Amino acid sequence: MNCIMCPMGCEMTVTLENGRFAGVTGNSCPRGAKYAETEVTDPRRMLTTTVRIKGGLLPLLPVVSAEVLPKGKVADCAAYLRNVTVEAPVQAGDVIVPDILGLGVDIVASRDMEKVND
Amino acid sequence: MELYDVIIIGGGPGGLSAAYSAYRNGAKKILVIERDRELGGILQQCIHNGFGLHHFKEELTGPGYAGRCIALIQDKPEIRALTDTMVLSVSKDKKVTAVNPEKGLFTVEGKTVILTMGCRERTRGAIRTAGERPAGVFTAGAAQRMVNMEGYLPGKKIVILGSGDIGLIMARRMSLEGCKVQAVCEICPYSNGLTRNMVQCLYDFDIPLYLSHTILKIKGRDRVEGVTVAKVDEKMQPVPGTEFDIECDTLLLSVGLIPENELSMAAGVEIAPFTNGPRVDQRRQTNLPGIYAAGNVVHVHDLVDFVSDEAEIAGKFAALEAQGSLTPAVNTVEVSPVNGIRTCVPQVLHLPEGGEPVRLFMRAGAPDRKVTLEVKCGGEVLVKKMLPVVKPSEMVTLDIPAAKTALMHDKITVGLQSK
Amino acid sequence: MEFFKEADVVVIGGGIVGTAILRELSKYDLRCLLVEKEPDVAVGTTKANSAICHAGFDAPTGTWKQKTNVRGNALYHQLQEELDLDIKWTGSLVVATNDEEIRHLQVLLERGRANGVFGLEILSREEVLAKEPNLVTAKAALWAPTAGVMWPFGCAVAFAQCAVQNGAQVICDCAVTGFVKEDGAVTVVNTTKGAIRTKVVINAAGVYAEEIAKLAGDDSFAITPRKGEYILFDKMAAPSLVYGAIFPCPNEKSKGIMICTTTHGNTFIGPNANEQASKEDTSVTPDGMNEVIAGARKLIPNLPMGASITEFAGLRAVSSTGDFILGASGVPGFINAAGIQSPGLAAAPAIAEVVAEAVSREMYLRKKTGWNGRLPKKPAFNRMTASEKQKMIEMNRLYGRVICRCETVTEGEIVDAIHQPVGARTVDGVKRRTRAGMGRCQGGFCGPRVTQILARELGIPVEKVLKERQGSELFYKKFEE
Repeated sequence: MNCIMCPMGCEMTVTLENGRFAGVTGNSCPRGAKYAETEVTDPRRMLTTTVRIKGGLLPLLPVVSAEVLPKGKVADCAAYLRNVTVEAPVQAGDVIVPDILGLGVDIVASRDMEKVND
Repeated sequence: MELYDVIIIGGGPGGLSAAYSAYRNGAKKILVIERDRELGGILQQCIHNGFGLHHFKEELTGPGYAGRCIALIQDKPEIRALTDTMVLSVSKDKKVTAVNPEKGLFTVEGKTVILTMGCRERTRGAIRTAGERPAGVFTAGAAQRMVNMEGYLPGKKIVILGSGDIGLIMARRMSLEGCKVQAVCEICPYSNGLTRNMVQCLYDFDIPLYLSHTILKIKGRDRVEGVTVAKVDEKMQPVPGTEFDIECDTLLLSVGLIPENELSMAAGVEIAPFTNGPRVDQRRQTNLPGIYAAGNVVHVHDLVDFVSDEAEIAGKFAALEAQGSLTPAVNTVEVSPVNGIRTCVPQVLHLPEGGEPVRLFMRAGAPDRKVTLEVKCGGEVLVKKMLPVVKPSEMVTLDIPAAKTALMHDKITVGLQSK
Repeated sequence: MEFFKEADVVVIGGGIVGTAILRELSKYDLRCLLVEKEPDVAVGTTKANSAICHAGFDAPTGTWKQKTNVRGNALYHQLQEELDLDIKWTGSLVVATNDEEIRHLQVLLERGRANGVFGLEILSREEVLAKEPNLVTAKAALWAPTAGVMWPFGCAVAFAQCAVQNGAQVICDCAVTGFVKEDGAVTVVNTTKGAIRTKVVINAAGVYAEEIAKLAGDDSFAITPRKGEYILFDKMAAPSLVYGAIFPCPNEKSKGIMICTTTHGNTFIGPNANEQASKEDTSVTPDGMNEVIAGARKLIPNLPMGASITEFAGLRAVSSTGDFILGASGVPGFINAAGIQSPGLAAAPAIAEVVAEAVSREMYLRKKTGWNGRLPKKPAFNRMTASEKQKMIEMNRLYGRVICRCETVTEGEIVDAIHQPVGARTVDGVKRRTRAGMGRCQGGFCGPRVTQILARELGIPVEKVLKERQGSELFYKKFEE
């Protein structure tokens, strides 16, 4: 697998024993080893997407997961967020959806969005 | 006519970083002119994360990074920002004419001007694709703005030409919006994007990547109905007999970025070959006295962090010049990229007595591993740096201490040495 | 029978010819109507051609092509002022690169003089280079000072606007499906919007003129589409490649692949000329582009190919008779203005006069009192002086917001283009009227904004805004409301 922790993109080989992580070669740093282990046991990704916002400068508010989410749930979370609408004003870092889909991760606003009078 | 210490054209990360740096270096009257409805530039539509690790030591989204830059200049009486304002011309004597709905047409004068207009995307015309001219062909960036800021989709079934980071990011973005990304085609035998984007944006979504493939024809008269794809040979010419069709209603183009230098050229700024941006010195001054340039308008960057770094250099020296405290240069040194380095900014150094710290921003011509970057003057190696990996898509930086620059004369070369 | 409209004259086709005819007929006490099958005028041959106001030396003496070209050219000199048309009188050169071609210049010169074209002369190599320094291949050239380059869509829109201001009507999205005849004469036009009762029908349907004529019972001619492909260069990258309209020595089929400036200072190369069966296929092809590049390189070997901003193709309506088909057909009440290929753009105002003459043989024409042949002058923002710009923004703040960065087109101009008579309904319609999207980024930045402005001004959702024809919607809704 290719490491995605930094732009080097090391080519790594992971050894599994009975489906369990048993070691990695090809990594250049400990972060790579950690990534390799997580990637085979519990792969996780950040999610960035948008929700709708009413009363703001734009009709959309960009949001980001506060932490990585289980990879297999990312699409479900994105689909869920497509149907979320919030009201301006919003501050960067405001929690938009707490504990999304019970995964223990909050979805937060990526930016401020002031209320504008139409 | 209102006189400013520094007038900055473009309120993206480059312009904002330049403004903040000019402020920190003592400029008292700074004007930022932005054409969009808000500050932040293209970052406002780049909602993905991965920005800011170098500059803010923290991983941020595009709007997050823009927000940080905006916060730095907000509430500072020294800095004024105009949005929804288009600069129509910049003159050699640093008069800037602009227009907006509130003030109409107006001209302001700067003791110095910093050009931070950024870059724009290459379009279909530049790649000469056969076919009709149907709706459904968009640059990746135009589509990104519609999806992330305006609330519309460019289509439902997507093919992307170009595997640079913008193309890859849009592949993921469209997938997350419930669209079907049919394929990403790349004319080069390798992807031009970061490995992490290949993994997160393509592999995670099972999107096929066709390397050494290009789009020969766009099908459909009124709306895109599909594309004809073919393999290309080493000379990037289509191989007959390898054509196949992919059905889609949308083609997104991610086929390169060009520095946006219409204003610079009209002002008389000299444009450098290969980078297609102003030829600048280490202070980011152009050939026109008092006119500086930084960021993607000088050369296309892959990391916004480096745009900020470079803009801070321009902001600092523009501020010093405006205050009359710029150390005069006594030594002119040409910088030539050689041996595997394709471009280097700055292209020239104007060094004061005793030298000055210089940061070089370079791009390699081809991917390589375990190489040494060397700065030479008159056959002597002045500075070197080991690089575990170089890629054309990733900019390389090198800091040269003032003492070393004091040793330079006439011309230096920057090049790679393989082990 | 219920009628959607009643008219004296129905013009079929909203290209340069149909709109010029409508304007000409609007001078008379007639109920005139133009029907166009597409959402806008000027979307067929008129939108993709060389945009030349030819001098008139090419066509054989005595043909319709010759007569209407020379007359049309003269009329444009007057119309330019009245309708505020964008025409640059650059003159044209036919370049000879060898002795045989030099002999052919003499033929063209003599024909031109017989055709009544003024000012023709053969220039030496030195004289050519003084005018066009990049024409290094030239041995001599025929100089035609009365030729010009035009903004063809602007002309068609102006003709239509002038007609509408004098009481004519333009109905878009209205395709002709058939005719009803009484005593052999056409009296009803059936369209996709309903039946129109009329006394006279004028067929200005471009490449489809054959089909329209056949529907009316006139099968005396055929129209073959001939495709011409073009490559357009960025005006900054190729600012002074050529200053006028440069032709090679003509061959039997066409005037050849030219290098030409435009009204806005771009340069284009093209067209090639390939006959095809399809009347819809306006695709550019790899072979066609190579042919255009190779052809243009015969005139100027060193072309700025990296500076191309778009490629496009148009169809010319080539008639089976070899000449324009103008005037009465065998069917009473049915008049043709068909087979209008080059020099149709230059000839259009004169064609309109010929057609009006034919109409006058069908019915009594009385000049209207108070006909107004002038349109208000509306200079583009980027061509205004500073004080004009300031005044314009004071009158309308939207002139202070630049939407198209490449061509400096303001929101005010776009909104005006939508609300003026025969207003823009599509993104390409805005482009043809304002140049928004015609610059080096080809609408990359401004296309979505123009879409949103159209939606707002027309009161329709963004996802219903068309690029050009029906079925060319640009965006989808991201959410269900």
